[in-house]
Amino acid sequence: MMTMTKPETPATGTPIANSLTAGRLPTAAPWVILGSALAVAAAVFGVVAIGDGTGFDWGAAILVGALLYVPSIWLFSTLVEGRRRAMDRLVTALVTGAFVLAMIPLVSLTITVATYGLSRFDAEFFTYSMRNITGEGGGIVHAIVGTLLITGTAAIISIPIGLMTSIYLVEYGRGRLARGITFLVDVMTGIPSIVAGLFAYAVFAIFLGPGTRTGIAGAVSLAVLMIPVVVRSSEEMLRLVPNELREASYALGVPKWLTIMKVVLPTSIAGITTGITLAIARVIGETAPLLIAAGFTASVNYNLFDGRMQSLPVFVYTQYANQGNPPEAYLDRAWAAALTLILIVMALNLIARLVARFFAPKFGR
Amino acid sequence: MSTAPNVIKAKQRPGDRVFSGSAVFAGSMILVTLAAVAIFLIVQSLPAFVATSDDASILPDDFWSYVGPLVFGTVWASLLALLMAVPVSVGIALFISHYAPRRLASVLGYIVDLLAAVPSVVFGLWGIGVLAPAVQPVYSWLVDNFGWFPLFAGPVSGTGRTILTAAIVLAVMVLPIMTAICREVFLQTPVLHEEAALALGATRWEMIRTAVLPFGRSGIISAAVLGLGRALGETMAVAMVLSASGAVTFQLLTSVNPSTIAANIALSFPEAYGINVNVLIATGLILFIVTFAVNAVARWIVSRRKEFSGAN
Repeated sequence: MMTMTKPETPATGTPIANSLTAGRLPTAAPWVILGSALAVAAAVFGVVAIGDGTGFDWGAAILVGALLYVPSIWLFSTLVEGRRRAMDRLVTALVTGAFVLAMIPLVSLTITVATYGLSRFDAEFFTYSMRNITGEGGGIVHAIVGTLLITGTAAIISIPIGLMTSIYLVEYGRGRLARGITFLVDVMTGIPSIVAGLFAYAVFAIFLGPGTRTGIAGAVSLAVLMIPVVVRSSEEMLRLVPNELREASYALGVPKWLTIMKVVLPTSIAGITTGITLAIARVIGETAPLLIAAGFTASVNYNLFDGRMQSLPVFVYTQYANQGNPPEAYLDRAWAAALTLILIVMALNLIARLVARFFAPKFGR
Repeated sequence: MSTAPNVIKAKQRPGDRVFSGSAVFAGSMILVTLAAVAIFLIVQSLPAFVATSDDASILPDDFWSYVGPLVFGTVWASLLALLMAVPVSVGIALFISHYAPRRLASVLGYIVDLLAAVPSVVFGLWGIGVLAPAVQPVYSWLVDNFGWFPLFAGPVSGTGRTILTAAIVLAVMVLPIMTAICREVFLQTPVLHEEAALALGATRWEMIRTAVLPFGRSGIISAAVLGLGRALGETMAVAMVLSASGAVTFQLLTSVNPSTIAANIALSFPEAYGINVNVLIATGLILFIVTFAVNAVARWIVSRRKEFSGAN
């Protein structure tokens, strides 16, 4: 089958220097074709821009150039290398294109948040709340306090439950209960965040009367979202602990609970910490449950059990949704708070990766 | 064999009992929590099912005529998002697992995961501020040139905040999880299968088509269903990007768009009072049931695959 394509190549008239590289595009060919495709697209758009008198559209030119590249690499490859290799090159182009396509929103989002967010990223923003502020000025102290308290409480609720559940699943769990819990944890991972918010609201509305919105309700809703993530990641880490370690400990007469406390957990603590940090990073950006269960306010509130509590994501939303006069002040605050939120989430992610990297147990020698 | 007393019973230490007891307790807390979520939602939404427009001001007629268009909007937006996200995420997963240079692969995977770290409210801001203005000219071009196609029928939305924009944002948001699952499954392809295909003279694409994709098919399906579950429940981005009017329509580019359950709750809940609250909680219950079913199906596919293949 391979040889069938070969007789075509001498027809192009080029002398065959090396029979092994015959019938193949040179290594640089894809880049040359990509460059030419971009140049053609740029030329077309340049002519259109001059003709219309409008500005040169960089985004469209690059997009059209990239789209032009896909059929042209296929065409050139079909001519030189045959149908099968052409298909391979086409798929390579498409697959790479998919990755580049996914990078567009990420890059665009990063640039947008950074440029819009920096205009209010000043000292006042981090030292003032929104109490008695209309129009310009104001800050996010109340939102940061709320986010820290609510997320911290959610972590305090969900880390013990999540960790003990994963210990149960790995070390104790047998039979129907363990299977059921595994299944339900999986299902719980998929609970929509707004349903968790409604649940917390419904619980507190039944016991404390309708319309109750408190920080603790927000924390409960976040805990519902966080527990399954903690269980999943810790379970995975505990299963990585080699059985030989456990058996060695039992052989020395160490009780099971001490084996878990002194052998299993210390071995997997880096991975568990990473998982918990990532879980916190996931819930700290949740908006919908807090909007429903904790509400929003303009003042600092340190009491989880009394009154509404603002949080960073809800601050972003309310600043956008309830714009006053001038609207730019509200939008600037929303973007600056979004930048703060992204920085916090990125920092948590970074910490998680670093913990995983530097405190990972050293297996082998 | 009949010497039953020979069984050595481990000494029951108090530490062991406390520890295993608390482990079982924590495990059953999961059951209790899920049961509590279901029970409290049901209790709070019971009044809504019999309510009419006389009791609750947001109901046009009765509960089912209110929730119908919302369910349609939720499913429609999620399916559109999935339609865009599945091919792209399979492509990204293939790129990371089989095309990118080995040393770069984990870094690229981390970069895609960064998308998952962006809070949904920030996606909402970005959707309104950047994406909607950027796609609006494309929409008006589509309506001008392909208006005869029912999905692209006009008149075009002036803001670009249509259901298609919301679906694009949703697609971007579910990409990371779907990519992660696909990538994991593709990496599990037996290396011997891949090498055998290559040794028979297959090109890289033929190797992927004959060895990787058949192996990863159920992984792709479960990734798609999990992504669907995510997209169904996604709230803030849709609530902010979509300018909804509550109509049932398949048109993608007009300013008449169906709303979704989650977005509708987020937008209406802060001002809701009386029986309206129960109506909104009841719509949340329906969303819960739908996502529960979708996720259960996904997990069932995953677990079925585990029993079938000898690879893991």
